[in-house]
Amino acid sequence: MSGVRLLVGTRKGAFVLSSDGRRERWDVSGPHFAGWEIYHIKGSPADPDRLYASQSSSWSGQVIQRSDDGGATWEPAGNKFTYDGVPGTHQWYDGTPHPWEFERVWHLEPSLDDPDTVYAGVEDAGLFRSADGGQQWQELPGLRGHGSGPSWQPGAGGMCLHTIILDPAQPGRMFAAISAAGTFRSDDAGQTWRPINHGLQSEGIPDPDAEVGHCVHRIAMHPSRPAVLYMQKHWDVMRSDDAGESWHEVSGNLPTDFGFPIDVHAHEPDTVYVVPITSDAEHFPPEGKLRVYRSRTGGDEWEALTRGLPQQHCYVNVLRDAMAVDSLEECGVYFGTTGGQVYASPDAGDNWAPIVRDLPAVLSVEAQTLP
Amino acid sequence: MIRVVLPAHLRTLARINGEVELDVAGQVTQCSVLDALETRYPMLRGTIRDHDGGPRRAFIRFFACEQDLSHEQPDAPLPQAVVTGAEPYLIIGAMAGG
Repeated sequence: MSGVRLLVGTRKGAFVLSSDGRRERWDVSGPHFAGWEIYHIKGSPADPDRLYASQSSSWSGQVIQRSDDGGATWEPAGNKFTYDGVPGTHQWYDGTPHPWEFERVWHLEPSLDDPDTVYAGVEDAGLFRSADGGQQWQELPGLRGHGSGPSWQPGAGGMCLHTIILDPAQPGRMFAAISAAGTFRSDDAGQTWRPINHGLQSEGIPDPDAEVGHCVHRIAMHPSRPAVLYMQKHWDVMRSDDAGESWHEVSGNLPTDFGFPIDVHAHEPDTVYVVPITSDAEHFPPEGKLRVYRSRTGGDEWEALTRGLPQQHCYVNVLRDAMAVDSLEECGVYFGTTGGQVYASPDAGDNWAPIVRDLPAVLSVEAQTLP
Repeated sequence: MIRVVLPAHLRTLARINGEVELDVAGQVTQCSVLDALETRYPMLRGTIRDHDGGPRRAFIRFFACEQDLSHEQPDAPLPQAVVTGAEPYLIIGAMAGG
């Protein structure tokens, strides 16, 4: 029988949550790498037992872990991330030049067809690639070096490259998103890049046509329709129908359009999920009610999903990489909170139940659908 | 035989129980001890000091014989008590965080 494996990164370790296809009972293993921050774990689409994890701490820096048995055992891989050439500077919070300094890996994106190839999005924002299972990492310098890099500034969480999307239909096309620089696209496997932010409006950026500077929190794509992208920006939920060439707002009737994660139903390219958060100053749900909002129309028209979620006194946040979907016949939706809960919906968001309630703050959730 | 004590997180990472005992060829310095440690446990590269023998990470400190050696020159000889194994070389994670 098919099943689901959730890969959960937290402030104090990694957890693997497993269930059969009914998604009613879950086995919980962990903490793996106890005491370390696990920003992200993701499995290879080509080999679901090949997992990569980003493990880090302020004391000991970055470690990359690799598993070849679905998370039962792990081995440290390579952790040397050196920017290509002279790193140069970006802007600091006060607008002064600041040297590019590697801090950590925020996101790992395995290749669609080669388990040994994996991309890493890092802070300070840059994109790295390994072709040997994570042992050695080389920067793809065309992203930082395309021209606008010296004007990038960090968001409150650091200047992180947090989203990497590989286009399944057009080999060589990939997307990356950076807080607070914006969204970028490559059509040649990451060699050259250009900003794709036309249509974004951000308070604090006086130039309405600013090429970069937007605090994009996350972007999402449905693999069957890769020209359509959805974006949760600092404020505003956005959509592009032309692979990022232009964006328009689809916040519609959301109670607030501030938030972090955004994801797409596994089988319905027009069904999108967000978790509205009160504001940039109040990173918790409006009115203390944890509500996932679902649009079945590709944005603009949103419905609150509340069944099984706390509807009073809830002041957690859901971070940008902490939502995922499975691809079982009835799509499962999952998210983790800064309060340590991981919620699951086996029916596309209609009903929710916590799998676990008391993990450390959840940084990321990925779902693997197993045969 | 040089005795080295690692912080708990790094013992877990390198799958070490207790102290590490190292043979260090030539002059025993902080640099030569860390070189030998990283040769035996490659997964520790970059976690104590920068790669390729670079500077100490900010929240890591080095002690021996009740002395803070964190700001000593990496190539300065370590105390004789460390060289003989009478005293361990301590790699300490700063007390910080939550």
